[in-house]
Amino acid sequence: MTGYFLRRAAGALAVLLVLSVVVYATFYIAPGDPARLACGPRCNPEQIAQVRAQLSLGDPVYVQYWHFLQGIFAGHDYSTGTAVLHCDAPCFGLSYQNNQQVTDMLIERLPATASLAVGAMAVALLLGTATGLLSALRRGGITERVLTWLTLAGTATPVFISGLGLLMLFCAYLAWLPFPAYVPLTEDPEQWAWNMLLPWAALGLLESAKYARLMRSSTLETLAEDHIRTFRAYGVAERKLVTRHALRGAVAPVVALSAADFGSMFGGAVLTEMMFGLPGIGALLVHATTTLDLPVVVAVVMVTGTAVVIANIVADVLYAAADRRVALR
Amino acid sequence: MTARRTSGGPADGRPATGPLVAVSGLSVAFPSGPGGAPVRAVDGLSFELAPGGALGIVGESGSGKSTAAYALLGLHRDTGAEVTGAVTVAGHDVQAVDAAGLRRLRGGVAAMVFQDPLSSLDPYQAVGDQIAEVYRVHHRGASRREARARAAEVLDRVGIPDAARRARSRPHEFSGGMRQRALIAMALACRPELLVADEPTTALDVTVQDQILGLLRELRAETGMGLILVTHDLGVAAGSVDDLLVMKDGRAVEHGPVGEVLHAPREDYTRDLLAAVPRVNVRRATRKDAPHRAGGDDSVLLEATALRREFGRGKRAVTAVDDVSLTVRAGETVGVVGESGSGKTTLGRMLVRLLEPTGGRLGYRGRDIGGMKERELRAFRSELQMVFQDPVSSLNPRRSIGESIADPLRAAGKLDDAAIVARVRELLERVGLAPDSYHRYPHEFSGGQRQRVGIARALAPEPKLIVCDEPVSALDVTTQAQVVALLGELQRDLGLALVFIAHDLAVVRQVSDRLVVMRGGRIVEEGPADTVYERPAHPYTKGLLAAVPRLEAAEAPA
Repeated sequence: MTGYFLRRAAGALAVLLVLSVVVYATFYIAPGDPARLACGPRCNPEQIAQVRAQLSLGDPVYVQYWHFLQGIFAGHDYSTGTAVLHCDAPCFGLSYQNNQQVTDMLIERLPATASLAVGAMAVALLLGTATGLLSALRRGGITERVLTWLTLAGTATPVFISGLGLLMLFCAYLAWLPFPAYVPLTEDPEQWAWNMLLPWAALGLLESAKYARLMRSSTLETLAEDHIRTFRAYGVAERKLVTRHALRGAVAPVVALSAADFGSMFGGAVLTEMMFGLPGIGALLVHATTTLDLPVVVAVVMVTGTAVVIANIVADVLYAAADRRVALR
Repeated sequence: MTARRTSGGPADGRPATGPLVAVSGLSVAFPSGPGGAPVRAVDGLSFELAPGGALGIVGESGSGKSTAAYALLGLHRDTGAEVTGAVTVAGHDVQAVDAAGLRRLRGGVAAMVFQDPLSSLDPYQAVGDQIAEVYRVHHRGASRREARARAAEVLDRVGIPDAARRARSRPHEFSGGMRQRALIAMALACRPELLVADEPTTALDVTVQDQILGLLRELRAETGMGLILVTHDLGVAAGSVDDLLVMKDGRAVEHGPVGEVLHAPREDYTRDLLAAVPRVNVRRATRKDAPHRAGGDDSVLLEATALRREFGRGKRAVTAVDDVSLTVRAGETVGVVGESGSGKTTLGRMLVRLLEPTGGRLGYRGRDIGGMKERELRAFRSELQMVFQDPVSSLNPRRSIGESIADPLRAAGKLDDAAIVARVRELLERVGLAPDSYHRYPHEFSGGQRQRVGIARALAPEPKLIVCDEPVSALDVTTQAQVVALLGELQRDLGLALVFIAHDLAVVRQVSDRLVVMRGGRIVEEGPADTVYERPAHPYTKGLLAAVPRLEAAEAPA
């Protein structure tokens, strides 16, 4: 078991290293001059050159990359021209835009993203497994057709449509909820929950469709297995067949997928964050990309990548725990 | 409310003299998709079983024997199948009883033992808990503790050692034989009056099969329950039942006491079926007509010396084949027998170099091909071919059979397209298929025909040696006999050397010149086939041979 985790961790590290090289390279090749953008539209060439030197953009790319790696593992010192700024490990450098430490920016943005991910995943899982299970058990009936239709509509509706609809319905028309404004959990848990309700619903609905389809097919698959037939032939009631014998096997792939999805939500829920004005990592990424803020973009991609890689390991462990026939090797 | 019935006594006022099972005019039809006529799997079947009696239902695949057995427990209800006729089990009208009554009947009155003991148990739950659950379905008042105690009791009864502790194991921690015992224990849990066993030993090794059949006999004697044994294996039925019902195309062809049916069959179909059954105590038909023998070409073709194969590394390493030495001469058949896990398949794959040996030497016509690189091996690939067990999964379902057979010819790259097609047509004819079936797909063929396709594919590159890995174990006896005959014919005409791997000792006897008995990756005995079968030297071989079910078991009723 320890060996398994060591091997997986080594693999994860390799993946992340490759990812960082790719992101760095892509960004370096992309057109645009970060120094000019950082300096502002009214800078003269001398000022731009000064900024370029400050940001070490004049160094060869591999030196820049080396400093980046050094920052993550050992911290790095940055010269701001007059003083030396020390950035502790893990250091993702300084933002080109405002010289803020990228690590601090991420930490500041993390709670909103995490709040969204946790809540939306809970909504998606509950809704998805419930509708999936129901449509599997009512196979061929009108319930199944309606549910299939709804899940299809759910997958096909982008979050900026469903989110807009929810906002208009609950905030504008019915006025049951205030227009969401992010309140940190640590500040006021109740307000946090009320304000997160719509973002959770919007993202959760979208994600739930996928789980509903997976749950439906895996339930049908499990119900067709021989061991279900055994218990049916021993007079076990249909409801018990599902709850005691089919559910566990059916839920295993759903759990595994959701763990992997959870990781990608840490960088992927851009639209939802923008839609509801959540100060999360997704919104940060959009801003950083438009301003060619290399350190921020690289940092967000690395954090998301790490989350996905860890989530995948967790997914495998969960799958093995759910299905004892699967051995971790 | 506690136990609904006392064991043994007649339930629900049913007269003690009535039959335990009465089936009359039973038909089961499955819908065959939109527009198609329903498929009649069982067609007007009638039979009776006296309390405590044992009936064997035998027939080839598709004869409707399992479908008929399922009807006894009302398992076709709510599946879309159309069931007509009357089925009465212990006084209960299975057709008319309501859902709750049917649940009480299932397991409580009639219990079923299924074929595949691995997939028939819930993989996530402890074996004992599964049995306890069934017990509590039928004994509502029973506490968890009582149910667990009953589970341990029945597990102990079916011969699971240290039953109370092993009851907490999950199915994958049991061997195949133990799982089948656990399923039988589940059936026993509620003291049913009837046990319906659907191919209960088909997935098991011959020695384990022998133990399970012995257990069923013991339990019958002890509890007085009736038994319906569904099997394709006449030998299995012969020693375990009183009456035999032979089915074909959903109908009863012949029905009578087992001794009569087996030794004085009235119907042609039964006679053909019996003639096709390979017998372990009958010598192989002599091959006077073998021309290659006269030609004197019995040079050594393949020579394995101290061959080894491990899987995995370090502490997890498993030795599948250990120190096996074997020679195959041109034109002869070497039979390889052994139970599952004995390494016979691994050995077979190494002989044609689908697997690389991890030790030893593998000589083919003087060259060591054991450690040869793929590039060098290519020259020998066409001469060493393999026929696989499962004719369904070893053919690509999306390609026509002609294309599948042509593959090795294209790989050899010696013939042009027209020549390849001509050769494939010739091969199809050679294995007894219509040459025009080139463009047809695997699903259009029966199991036996598909295996013929597999043989044609192996023959395509004109091999000198074919390793057949369980080539007939997925086939019915009559089809089995045809495929075995085809292999013998091809060997005679083409002078092929065959390595015939099978767990069925009787089939192997019908084809082999020499026999190799494997156990735990090693050869325990080898020699001329007749010598090994008639005068086995190793106790393991003796045990194997003693466990083979024989049709003669019914000749002299004990």
